[in-house]
Amino acid sequence: MATAAAAKEQLFPSARRRRNLDPVILAAGAFIGVLVLVAILAPWIAPYNPNAATILAANQGVSAAHWLGTDPTGRDLLSRLIWGARLSLLGPALIVLIATALGTVLAIASAWIGGLFDQLVSRVMDLLFAFPGLVLAMIAVAMFGKGLVAPVVALSIAYTPYITRVLRSAASRERSLPYVAACYVGGVSARSICSRHLLPNVFPLLLTQSTISFGSALVTLAAVSYLGLGIQPPTATWGFMVSTGQSSILAGHPAESLEAGILIVVTVVAFNLLGDRLAGRRSLQAL
Amino acid sequence: MPETAPPAVEVRNLVKVFHLRRARGARRRSVKSLVAVDHVSFSVGQGRSLAVVGESGSGKTTLARMVVGLERPTSGEIAVGGRERRSTRVGSRERRHRAREVQIVFQDPYSSLDPRQTVGRCIEEMLRLHFDADRAGRLTRVAELLDQVGLDERHAPAYPRALSGGQRQRVAIARALACEPRVLICDEAVASLDVSIQAQVLNLLSDIRDRIGVSYLFISHDLAVVRQVSDEILVMKNGRVVEHGPTDRVLDEPADTYTKLLLSAIPRPGWHPVAESDPQPVAT
Repeated sequence: MATAAAAKEQLFPSARRRRNLDPVILAAGAFIGVLVLVAILAPWIAPYNPNAATILAANQGVSAAHWLGTDPTGRDLLSRLIWGARLSLLGPALIVLIATALGTVLAIASAWIGGLFDQLVSRVMDLLFAFPGLVLAMIAVAMFGKGLVAPVVALSIAYTPYITRVLRSAASRERSLPYVAACYVGGVSARSICSRHLLPNVFPLLLTQSTISFGSALVTLAAVSYLGLGIQPPTATWGFMVSTGQSSILAGHPAESLEAGILIVVTVVAFNLLGDRLAGRRSLQAL
Repeated sequence: MPETAPPAVEVRNLVKVFHLRRARGARRRSVKSLVAVDHVSFSVGQGRSLAVVGESGSGKTTLARMVVGLERPTSGEIAVGGRERRSTRVGSRERRHRAREVQIVFQDPYSSLDPRQTVGRCIEEMLRLHFDADRAGRLTRVAELLDQVGLDERHAPAYPRALSGGQRQRVAIARALACEPRVLICDEAVASLDVSIQAQVLNLLSDIRDRIGVSYLFISHDLAVVRQVSDEILVMKNGRVVEHGPTDRVLDEPADTYTKLLLSAIPRPGWHPVAESDPQPVAT
């Protein structure tokens, strides 16, 4: 009985073994999970209205009433960070979603069609690489106005080449393997080969690439907010909080910039660690 | 089979020229061409088997890829079951039709299966494409096919990584047979397997031929393997046919010097085996 189970285990690697997760993945994933939860539940867990100014409570330090202190207009920093998580995370999430969708379609189409189309896509991507995301975002803001939409669209386009380039090379490697030829000879349609064979085989790479891009997109979008080109005040975003807190640093109240800055850094590190470790697992899983 | 039945595969004056571009940076104009397949003609009767042999670079794999539609011939004609194949750029419907004519088993069993697809789903994909059967019917057929190639229904939920090279090659054969093709091309299908597994797979292929009457086009560089499975041999060198005839005649009384060379290059001491009782076979 036991040997039969062992034989089965060997033939079909059990779910249990696959669930043996790396502690770093767990920690980073848990942190990101908590952030997302906090962002969703902001109205219920934020202790104060994030935009309610109480001039009498300006620039307070850490206290029982205000766990992370208040800003120069007396707004509770914890509440602002909690509410800020919403747009600070939503923006990069949208960017990564759009860039990944666009990049994946372009990459797999390039790998499958090849030839002139592939060349064309690669050259356009090279062209886009030449524009720093931040510059593209600033141009978009200049053309379409401040807010969330223009920077997000611009950065989505700016991040597409990163996804496309990595996935295209992986997809064209897969495409050259005999199993794809076997599908072709077997009469499987091009669309099915792409969606049911190429996509699943580059998916781990897609996951790691978009996770790492998320961290980068968060920083860039925070920079856009910092420059005052993103979401407009009084709505809180972490990037803008770093910017507005600047003026009170010299006055001896660094809390706002510091707290928002630390939160950005920790979040980005969490995403990068997660992407990095997922990439490591992917190579372990090969074959 | 009546005399008038068209051959399973007929190839006439097939030519493939590759244009090799210099690496990037070199002048664009400097294009070298390589004639991989040079006016090759042959035909394989229904239920017969033809082996194409030759050294690496002799054009045998290119020939196979053209027959199966993975490579576009520069000129020449290919007819499968009497039906001309004119273009390689065809729609899904035509490709599905062609899939039921010719299937191929590749050399490397490690890359010829999708690593993210179980054995069962891999075979089922072909069945779903080519036959109108409900899921239960398909699963029965998957079990049948696995049994036919000497595997077990137990292997259906396994991923390729859990299987050995020989087992994977059996799965690849089962997938090819799932389309119920008239012709099965084996492109060095046993070359990367070790000798004992090679024998098993070769026996399996002969069994399958006896049972379902499929024709074989057997691409190999290994003359010893070829004797076991083929009725006729086509010897290729540098894209040209140098000898073509019945297996026994070609292997026992080779007419061409190149064939003689190939035969003398068989590296196996066991090909003309010493008596098994002899404890220490000594070369004399």
